[in-house]
Amino acid sequence: MSLARKFILILFFFSASAQAISADIIQEDKGDIKSEIKSYIKHHLKDAHSFYLTSLTNDETGKKTYIEIPLPVILYDNGLKFFTSSEFKHGKEVVVSNETYYRMNYDNNKIYKTDKEGKFNFSESGKILNEKPLDFSITKNIATIILVSILMFFLFTSLAKSYKSNNGISKGIGRFFEPIIIYIRDDIAIPNIGVKNYKNYMSFLLTVFFFVWFLNMLGLTPLGVNVTGNIAVTFSLALLTFLITNLTANKNYWGHIFWMPGVPVLIKIVLAPIEFLGVFIKPFSLLIRLYANIQAGHIVLYSLIGLMFIFKNWIGSSLSFFLAFFIAIIEVLVALLQAYIFTMLSALYFGFAVEDHSESH
Amino acid sequence: MEKLIEEFSIGLFFWQTIIFVILIFLLKKFAWSPILKAVNDREQGIKDALDSAEAAKKEMQSLQADNEKIMKEARAERDSLLKEARDLKNSMISQAKDEAKSEAQKIIESANEAILNEKNAAVSDIKKQVASLSIEIAEKLLKEKLSDDNKQMKIVEDLIKDVKLK
Repeated sequence: MSLARKFILILFFFSASAQAISADIIQEDKGDIKSEIKSYIKHHLKDAHSFYLTSLTNDETGKKTYIEIPLPVILYDNGLKFFTSSEFKHGKEVVVSNETYYRMNYDNNKIYKTDKEGKFNFSESGKILNEKPLDFSITKNIATIILVSILMFFLFTSLAKSYKSNNGISKGIGRFFEPIIIYIRDDIAIPNIGVKNYKNYMSFLLTVFFFVWFLNMLGLTPLGVNVTGNIAVTFSLALLTFLITNLTANKNYWGHIFWMPGVPVLIKIVLAPIEFLGVFIKPFSLLIRLYANIQAGHIVLYSLIGLMFIFKNWIGSSLSFFLAFFIAIIEVLVALLQAYIFTMLSALYFGFAVEDHSESH
Repeated sequence: MEKLIEEFSIGLFFWQTIIFVILIFLLKKFAWSPILKAVNDREQGIKDALDSAEAAKKEMQSLQADNEKIMKEARAERDSLLKEARDLKNSMISQAKDEAKSEAQKIIESANEAILNEKNAAVSDIKKQVASLSIEIAEKLLKEKLSDDNKQMKIVEDLIKDVKLK
């Protein structure tokens, strides 16, 4: 079975399991176009409980029809509780389970515990004070992550299999990725980590590179997902880099942190806390860099697209169209670049961790 | 920063970490290890092939050099053989010439000797004949002119003096 056919099958499975695409009709207040665009961008940047595809607004009644794939909502609140996101009706309805009431706040896509009427208690600064259950829902981002993981699994296993069936030469769609794999090995892993140790880190580096790259690229499609621009995702990736770095580190690495060799004792004492802080700052910079780059790219791109509807004239709209087009192309580059930088810096940190004293200085 | 922390979704972090770690291990087992192994094997194969090609080339070159060396040697040998033959020829010719010369010399010498002997024999023969002629003359003179002995003797002596060996 070819890879393309498999992928289409997965897509079918995905939409079928979601019990077809739901179409909720909800009455919404219509604001002016600027605030509408602003809230749209704000909403896009965040994770969501359903896979939003598009919406249609009836001009006469002002009713909005949402076309989206509902996703499972899993809450942990004295035991696991399951819902589908369509039950929440975009925060318009209160959902009950075991006499506990839940309501979604559609502004930040979070689910809160409420009373029977679904009342939110706001603080003076506008924060919602209601208690939040632990939310383990399969959100839009997680669904995308699962989709990308499955895609990666089939893509790269098919590449792996093609070597055997084709006498050591890759075949099919995976062939496109083989030079990239070799590039990561020869120009990222080996120069930074060293020939001796690089093999232990290859799996992580390859997985993280393709994972970030594919998710970045998917974020530029009209699917409108923003996975790598989410702090929880980049935090998780950076945390793995941090853990791998420090769990595989050798004596020499810790020696360089707490008792820098080759400098006077006084400077050693000064350097130790700085170096120790660096242990955390390095992966932290990774998570912020990826998050901020993707987030900023999405904001700029969406704003420029939104400008077209604000201008509503030939000159302004076409200008912002070309700007948006230009930025979109830059974003394709950024998608690859950020994946490369994340992988490169991870490899660099792993390199510090396993650096052999004798072969370096 | 506060906004970031508020935005942070524990659920998303939880699933992302679990899915990603599982993905790493699955891909390691079913994709990365076989891919890297295949790529390594292929690269090793190419390297080996190149090395053996290089070795074959070197062997070829050394063979060619050997051939050339052998050719050179053969040529030199041929040249030396030719030279030897030429020398031999020359020496044979010159030897033959020498021999011929010396033989000719010998023949000439013996001829000379024979001539000399013949000459001597002829001279002595002439002498004998002259003597006998003289005697005959003397007899005739004696027979004809016995009166004037002294005069006759003088004539005889003059005659004899005129007869000279050449």
